Amino acid sequence: MALIELNGVTKYYEMGDQVVKALDGIDIDVEKNDYLAFIGSSGSGKSTMLNILGCLDKPSSGQYHLNGKNVESLDANELSEIRNLEIGFIFQSFNLLPRATALGNVMQPLVYRGIGHRKRKEMAMESLERVGLGDRVDHLPNQLSGGQRQRVAIARALVTHPSILLADEPTGNLDSQTTIEIMQLFDELHAEGHTLIVVTHEDEIAQHCHRVVEMKDGRVFNDSTTSSAAVTS
Amino acid sequence: MLFSLIESSRSALASIIAHGLRSFLTTLGIVIGVASVIAVISVTQGMSSFIGDTFASLGSNSLTIQSYTPFEDQMKGIRARLTPEDMELIERRAEGIASITPVLFANRASQIKFGSQTAFSRIMGTTYAFQDVSQSYMSLGRFIAQSDNLTRRRVVIIGDKVRENLNMPDNPVNEYVDIGGEWFKIVGLMEAKGEIMGQSQDDIVLMPYNTMRSLQGNQARTDIQIQLSLSESAVLENVTAQLTTLLRNAHDLDSDEDDDFQIQTAEQLMETFDTVINMVTIVIGGIVSISLLVGGIGIMNIMLVSVTERTREIGICKAIGAKRHHILMQFLIEALLLSLLGGLIGLAIGYGLGTLISSSIPSFPPASIPLWSVALALGFSGFVGVLFGILPAAKAANLDPIDALRYE
Ligand SMILES: Nc1ncnc2c1ncn2[C@@H]1O[C@H](COP(=O)(O)OP(=O)(O)OP(=O)(O)O)[C@@H](O)[C@H]1O
Ligand SMILES: [Mg+2]
Repeated sequence: MALIELNGVTKYYEMGDQVVKALDGIDIDVEKNDYLAFIGSSGSGKSTMLNILGCLDKPSSGQYHLNGKNVESLDANELSEIRNLEIGFIFQSFNLLPRATALGNVMQPLVYRGIGHRKRKEMAMESLERVGLGDRVDHLPNQLSGGQRQRVAIARALVTHPSILLADEPTGNLDSQTTIEIMQLFDELHAEGHTLIVVTHEDEIAQHCHRVVEMKDGRVFNDSTTSSAAVTS
Repeated sequence: MLFSLIESSRSALASIIAHGLRSFLTTLGIVIGVASVIAVISVTQGMSSFIGDTFASLGSNSLTIQSYTPFEDQMKGIRARLTPEDMELIERRAEGIASITPVLFANRASQIKFGSQTAFSRIMGTTYAFQDVSQSYMSLGRFIAQSDNLTRRRVVIIGDKVRENLNMPDNPVNEYVDIGGEWFKIVGLMEAKGEIMGQSQDDIVLMPYNTMRSLQGNQARTDIQIQLSLSESAVLENVTAQLTTLLRNAHDLDSDEDDDFQIQTAEQLMETFDTVINMVTIVIGGIVSISLLVGGIGIMNIMLVSVTERTREIGICKAIGAKRHHILMQFLIEALLLSLLGGLIGLAIGYGLGTLISSSIPSFPPASIPLWSVALALGFSGFVGVLFGILPAAKAANLDPIDALRYE
């Protein structure tokens, strides 16, 4: 049994009398400890895909099994729990809490786990240091650069040690040096046994991954296991 | 559960502080409501406990009869009177009376002089029975004796306030005072009684009834007051009915005419005060519930705005694992804190206001806030906060994470 199983998943948006098929019949399995990249042109449905995988959105039709459980049968609170315990989500638009500091943002997911303040702070600091932001913890999101915000978002996703990490363009705002650092971090996480799913435009990053799925108009256009899969970095 | 309560309070407080002015304006309705209820309660409570004390000391089984002229008759120049003959009649015929005494007031507020000091006081002519009827006790000297009355002796008993006003020594007995050009010897000083409704009970001068009558030139048309106390076994209603019949007959009143006198008990007087205070409390209670309602709607309104403003934040929190109750709790606690804060501010303002009112009116009893009113005010504002916070909080908790995240 694969960690993630999608069968005939669609996502339609009705705009007036026009139907936008953001996802149009997706069948895909993702194994545990996979290192997968979604690529494809803008509007091909990558973010929609990730939202469904992250249990934020539900398919219009089709089935999504996560860990053998049919996501459709879960209620709002159970989905919240899965998002909190299993999934780390790095959003394309960061989605940081504007009134909380970098530290506060990273601590927040732990609040919903019932972890005490001291322990939370400890874990958040560790996570922030891991993305190289140990010196900016008291800044509000609007006092941070785009790249720094992105790293806060990454730290927040990592702080819970999720088994699945979903990243939507995680290096979109980073310089090449930081990009390399982040990709090294992802490699480490993969080596630790996490499952990584990354949406990206950049070929270098895609090549880093062990499996590349190309999307086009809401369909899987190409699904290939790359050569680098054999050579773990 | 307790844990998430603490966390929610923490972030609720942060958000209240972040919108300081808005939070304050939002709670204004609650502030005004609670402030007015506390102000009124503190004043009326101070007053009613005080009135209760004073009336208890007044003797609850005493009656006062005085003449009563309706306003229309007053305009026509008609004056009802209670005469010494009326009193004699009651003394002779009525049953169940322990002591009875006439009280004759001086025609006008009279001047009393002692040395170079001058003061005005209430001067009454009465008999030895007054002591029993009015439950007065002497702190020095003696009361008016029967012989004083028979021989129209020029003696007076004074209240402590009079002694004070005239700068007299602590023991004024055997001193002489000048009343209306006549010399009177002080034979007794009454025990202090305090005040009722800001009027001193000790600003009083008593002289023998007959002395007072002769001072007024023994006019035939005197209008006296009759004070009497009931014997142990007497039933108030029976005595009142009997007195009414006696006086109506004596005054030749037809059955369609109203009484030209009033019979009052100390208890009745107290009940009147109680009724007034209760009325005030009810009216204020109404005003307060309206202002709390308005305050509650204000809170609901701002909480709804806040939910809309923070839709994206709510979406983010849900995306990273917040459950329904986390969000619900956060907004509910924010509403609760807002209204409790308003309640506390209102409490402080109300107490200040109450103290200000009672201290700015001279000889008004000091304001007092009973603990139950504090609990009531805070409980009520908390209740309002929760009641009007539920709708916005539920709205926030039920948001769909992906819709909330997309909200611009
Ligand atoms: N809420 C929505 N309502 C209507 N249409 C939507 C909605 N969300 C996405 N779409 C449409 O679905 C399609 C896929 O969108 P999606 O965001 O998944 O693209 P993407 O591959 O992530 O693009 P990009 O690389 O630019 O981020 C787009 O055509 C978009 O217009
Ligand atoms: Mg996208």
